[in-house]
Formats: sequence, C-alpha cells, structure tokens
Amino acid sequence: MSEPLKTGAQGPAPHHPAPRRPALAVWLPLVLFTAFLALVIYGLVRPGDREVASTFIGKPLPAFDLPPGSDERPGLDSAHFASGHPRLLNVFASWCVPCIAESPQLAQLAAAGVEIDGVAIRDRKDDLARFLLANGNPYARIGKDDLSKVQMGIGSSGVPETFVVDAHGVIRYQHIGAIMPDDVAMILGKLKEAGLKNAGLKEAEK
Amino acid sequence: MIAELGLAALWMAAALAALQLIAGALALRPRGAALRGVIRPVAMMQGVLVALAFAALIWLFVTTDLSVKLVAENSHSAKPMIFKIAGAWGNHEGSMLLWVTIMSLGGAFVALVEKRLAEDTLIATLAGQAFVSLGFYAFLLLSSNPFERLPQPAPEGAGLNPLLQDIGLAFHPPTLYVGYVGLSIAFSFAVGALVTRDVGPAFARAMRPWVLGAWIFLTLGITAGSYWAYYTLGWGGWWFWDPVENASLMPWLAATALLHSVSVLAARNALRAWTVMLGVVAFSMSMVGTFLVRSGILTSVHAFAVDPTRGSFILILLAIYIGGALLLFGLRASTVTEGARFAFVSREASLVFNNVMLCGILGIVLVGTLYPLLTEAFGVKVSVGPPYFNPVSAIFAFPMIVVMAVGPLLRWKDDGARRVAPVLAIPALVALGGAGAAFAAHVALLPALGLGLGGGLAVASLLPLRGRNLRRTPLPTWGMVISHFGLAVALLGMASEAAFSIEKLAALNPGESRQVGPYALSLDRIDPVAGPNWTALQATVSARYAGGAPVVLNPQARTFANPPGTRTESALLTRWNGQLYVVLGEEGEDGRWQMRFWWKPFVPLIWLGGLLVGFGGLLALIGRVARDVKRLVAVDKIAFRRERQGR
Repeated sequence: MSEPLKTGAQGPAPHHPAPRRPALAVWLPLVLFTAFLALVIYGLVRPGDREVASTFIGKPLPAFDLPPGSDERPGLDSAHFASGHPRLLNVFASWCVPCIAESPQLAQLAAAGVEIDGVAIRDRKDDLARFLLANGNPYARIGKDDLSKVQMGIGSSGVPETFVVDAHGVIRYQHIGAIMPDDVAMILGKLKEAGLKNAGLKEAEK
Repeated sequence: MIAELGLAALWMAAALAALQLIAGALALRPRGAALRGVIRPVAMMQGVLVALAFAALIWLFVTTDLSVKLVAENSHSAKPMIFKIAGAWGNHEGSMLLWVTIMSLGGAFVALVEKRLAEDTLIATLAGQAFVSLGFYAFLLLSSNPFERLPQPAPEGAGLNPLLQDIGLAFHPPTLYVGYVGLSIAFSFAVGALVTRDVGPAFARAMRPWVLGAWIFLTLGITAGSYWAYYTLGWGGWWFWDPVENASLMPWLAATALLHSVSVLAARNALRAWTVMLGVVAFSMSMVGTFLVRSGILTSVHAFAVDPTRGSFILILLAIYIGGALLLFGLRASTVTEGARFAFVSREASLVFNNVMLCGILGIVLVGTLYPLLTEAFGVKVSVGPPYFNPVSAIFAFPMIVVMAVGPLLRWKDDGARRVAPVLAIPALVALGGAGAAFAAHVALLPALGLGLGGGLAVASLLPLRGRNLRRTPLPTWGMVISHFGLAVALLGMASEAAFSIEKLAALNPGESRQVGPYALSLDRIDPVAGPNWTALQATVSARYAGGAPVVLNPQARTFANPPGTRTESALLTRWNGQLYVVLGEEGEDGRWQMRFWWKPFVPLIWLGGLLVGFGGLLALIGRVARDVKRLVAVDKIAFRRERQGR
C-alpha cells in the first residue's frame, strides 16, 4: 500500500531538482486491488464445501498431553482417546469468530450424547473462561495448546476444525471450518460410522 | 401512495445523476461552456429528491404501512417509535438508501458551498460524485428496491426482535455511514483533480474540510461502536478484530493518513501523489468494508447462498470505481508527483513516515480480514485473531507514535535533529521511565511499551503549545494538540486494560462475598424481574471500594420469549480510576450462582481518548470553516465598495 516518495523525502538536499520519471510504484495500488478482486471473485464462484481429504485420516492420533485450559474441566491427553467409544476432537480458540457461530451446534451434539474434547489454540485461561461462559461449554475435556503443536500434529491448520476419532484413537473424519446447523446430521452420521451406538439419532432424522 | 412517491423521487434523482455526469463531462470540453451553469443546480436538485425519497421511507416506517414489503419484514406496530424510525435503516435496502442519500446530499452540499475550488475541478468533482452515485442508484432500483409493495398487506410486521432494540444499534450505523460516505466526496475530489491535472494547495484547502468532517464521524462512530460492544456483549473486551469492526477501522486508517497528507499539500505543496492516492484509497476501503460485511463472504462457507446478487453487484461497482480511479491515478500520477522538496529531518518527512505506517497497519488489517478467504483458496479455512493482529499492528503503530511525538515540533522543509532534541528530553524520560517501571512490575511487553509511549506522547503532544500565546493560537493547532493528546489517552487506557485488569470467576451463594482488586463485593440476593418483553434473573450485588460505603449493582440475565433469546445485561460502575464490570452467569448444579467480576483500571480512558480525538478534529474543522467564511465576507465587502464607488 505504499507509493514512491517522489517528493524527495530521502532524496538530495532541497535545491536539487529531481529527474521526472514516472515510477512503476504508482501502479502498485492497482496491482494490489486487482489481486484483491481476483481473490474475492474466486471466493464467490468457488464451489462451496469441497471436502479436503486430510492425510491424517486413518492414522492414529499422535501422543500428546495438554494442560487443562479451564478450571472446570480436566486437561487432555491422547491416552484417553483409546477409551472404547468414538468422540469428537474440536480445535477452537476464544479469539476465533467462526467458533462462536459453531457453539450452538456443538451444544446440540453434546446434548445428543456425543463426548467432545476441546483443544484451545494459543489461548489464555481467562479469555477461555469468558468464551465458555458466553457461548456455553460443551467440552468434556479442554487441553491448552499454546504452540499449536497438537494442532500441527493432527493436520489441522486453523480454527475451528473438528475431528471424528474412533474407539481406538484413529482419526476417521476431519471437518474444516465451523460446524453449521446442516452439518450436525452429517457429523452424527460420521460418528455412527466410527462405531457410535445410540447417539442422538433423533437429531439426525430431522 | 407515499411509497410510489418515494420510488418516483428516487428514479428522478437517478436521472439527474446521469445528467450531472454527462453535462459535467461535456462542460469540460472547449465547446461545452454553455453547460457549465447546469451542474451545480442539478447536483442540488438531486440531493433534494433523494432526501424526499428517504423521508418517504421514514414516513412508511413511522406509520407502519404493512403493504410495503420492507416495513412488513422489519417493523411492527407495537415497536417504540424510536425503533420504528431506526428500523428504516436497520436492514439492507434501507441502509443502501441511506448510503445514497448521504452521498447525494454531500454532492449537493459541495455544489452549494464550495467556493475555493477552480471551476473546472469542481465540475469534474461533481461529475465524479454523480458517477459513483449512479452505481448505487442502479443497485437500489434494480436489485434492492426499498419501496416494493406486497400483493396483500401483511396482517402484522415480523420485525420485533428485542435483541435489536438498543439505542446504540439505532444510531451507531448512521454515524459510521456519514463517515463512510463522506469519504466519497474526498474520492470525487481526488478524481476531479486527476481529470483536470490540478493537484495543488488550493485543491487541498478545498478538500480538507470534507475530509475532516467525514473523519470526525468515523472517529466517533468507531469509539461509540467499541463501547457499545463492550457493555452489551458482557465479556469485558472492547475490540475483537472481527470483520465488521475491521471494516470500519480500515477507512479510518486511510482517512487519517489522508487528513495529514492534505494538510501538507495545503501548507507546503508537497505529497501530491500521496494525497490523491489516499483520497481514492479511503473511500475504496469504505466500499471494500461494506462489501465484505454485506456479501457475507467471510463469515461462513454457506453465507453466500443468502443472496449472491447483492455481493456480485457491489463487487462490480467496486471493480468499476476503484479500478477506474486507480487506473486514472496510475496514468496521471507521473504528471502530479512533482511537488515541493524537503529534507530528511522535516515535518513533511515525519508525515510521510506516518502515511507509510498507517498504510502498513491498513495492509495488516486487510490481510488479516481476508486471511480466511486467502487460505481457503488453498483448501483450508483459517481464522486469525488478536494473537496475530495485536503484535503485528504494534510493530507499525509504536514507531509511528514515536514520530508522532517528534513530528509536530519539527519545522517544515528542513530542520536539524539537534534543535528539537532538548525539548523532547522530558517526554523521552517519561516514556522510558513508564515502560521501564511497567516492565519491572512484570507487565507483558506490548502493554508496557504502550504505557510508556502513551505517557511520553501525552507530554509531547502538549509541547507545540509551549511559548505560544494560548488565546491567539489558531483553532486548527488546538485541534491537532487535543487529537494527539486524545490518542495518547486512548493508548494509556488500552495498555492499562491489558496490563492491570483483574478478573474473578466466582460461584457464590447469596450472602457470600469476594474481593476483586480494591473492591469487596457481596452477592445479596437473586430476584426474578420482568420487563416489557423479557423476564430476567437479577442479582443484587453491593460493592465497597476500599472499605467505603456500599454501592448497589444489578446485573441481569435476560430471557426473551419472542423470538427466543437470552442476553446478559452487565452492570458497570465507573470511578475516576477504573471500572467495575459485573456479569451474572448461570446457576450451577450445587445451587451457587456463577458470577464474573472485572476490575479494569483506567479502562474508560479508551473511549475518553476517542472522544478527544474526535473533538480535536471538530475544533480544527470549526477553525478552518470560520476562516473561509471570513475570507468570503471580506471579498464580498471589497466587491460591494467598488460597486458603490462606481468602478
């Protein structure tokens, strides 16, 4: 967004006339704007909701042990994912706007009996507590991932993302972006595929 | 009947805008001199007609005319009158009509009062304004007609959403809009000057009051919006870096840079290309922000299914206007870049630095806002938040604040660093001492730097007044001092909030108490209360400051039945040295109530600072306009005398 200082800010002393030559930099704003347009047009016409297959699907979770992100919930370690029934792993943060949009759907899933574990990315305890107070707390456990280590380790690159993990701790499905109201049934379906009995089928058959 | 009148007025205004554009283009040719007299009256008439259309829409909302689709969807006969009126612009179509109204009234106002500008440039400016308005008329008339009728009048309106009935929500958007759209005038000025190749001090003096006016509204709008979010959302945060906030911040950053560039151009005939470019960029940012918020392209994957035509329409307007203006700038910049020269240490150079830093922050905010879109192009959806925005924008903001302390003390054109160094010793000591003390008290790096720099700038911003006769100091100088001081105050508030806030989450039974910072707080009782359209649980909390007399606070958790929703009503207690912020949460399983308390030392300084910044702008505007009026009166007097003496 900058532009040439043709006025001699770093040029010679005040009484040197500068050579008059149009700098290429005057085209910079137009170039930047064209890039912006290209990006936005792409954003408008792109086919919505392509599934990006993660390379981590079908692989077990890496070993990790995260400290608790909230005083009301235990921390999160990879051992308890081998607990014998499938669950959701939700990567989120208090500073993430789409996560707020996602919270009613997580609450719906939790009400349907799904166990949801949270990984809070680069977050502070007080911010988290505030976020959970404002948007509800659907999590069974919350781990604090201050350096995005776990996030990288499971192939997640942003917030929010949600993983379906089966009874043996193997990643079965990765949902990128917020879980929207019409994704809930699909997520429940994925959990069922991963071996979940009796979870909120009423919700799914709406 | 009224709806049809409004629509007809809108069509006629659009026709006049087309006439204004064509006549303006022809009048600039050598053979079009006959058309010169047409432009001003047409611009004024256009403003009158649009104002009529807008008044018609307000009338339809006041009378709750349910045969009009927009009213039926967004209003209700049982709404309080103030929210009926505000409902007129609290929706897409109405807000677009407000947009066009402000734009055309701005053009009409320029036609009415602008006397400084060269006639050719004024014609080009009004033609530019008509050109931009035309696109928005087309948008309104072709794809979002606010006056559309229903085949059958609705029995009752649908819009009685209590969550949207908030006085802050009613008047915050128009304030911001005046700022947003006021920048369109600066845009037209810049385009007009490029067309006539007339970028000089006279043009800058003519443009300056319009930029100032828009900038004042933007400043106040952002300040009010931040406070509104702070007290309604109930989580103690005052800035969230979400796309809607960024959409209002970006034009402000560009407008701030523009304001300073215009001053350099007016005083020293330098920074010509900068001024014109920023004039284009500032309004571009208004449009980009509006596009991002309206199109829903950023919030979620599916949002665009809402109404793809709207987003595409605004996008086409963006491409035509911004693309066209930047193309014109590229073609003409080589002919306007020459300006007066200056040395490396001079007031101009400090203002160039300020421009670069403001543009840097602007770029960072824009990239951060578009980041989800950018990464989605590579198949991932990511959102960035404060962990990115805060440190990265500070990298640009802090050096800028240092230069802000020095810049106003420098002479134009050429100065020696040695001359100002002794004067700056005191603020430098304050800054270093403040940052050092904060750092020693284990405050994090950014807030500590903010405290130091805020203190240093507060002292330095007053230095331009030293040695002056305060009663004869011109108003624009006072304005600059007060605005810069206001920014220092706001910065101190932000840094203090980040550094010293105390937060307590407590589960209390009635009768229990907690100590939060200097306050002893006890939960006395919880009562159910009922409002006009909500029921609530209300806590009665008594707060004693440092053992003083108790003050009662009543935070509520409100539940609305229709449509269902809950809202926390936080309770605030403001003292000179900070704010106590209390939120009532849910009842726990053990029957205790979750309460959240914050003690935020000096947090009100954030908004006080914002108000001071705006007030400084207002003083500068009054000073400039008064001087213009004086000059005009003097010119008239001389002409009158000459006439009497028969010359």
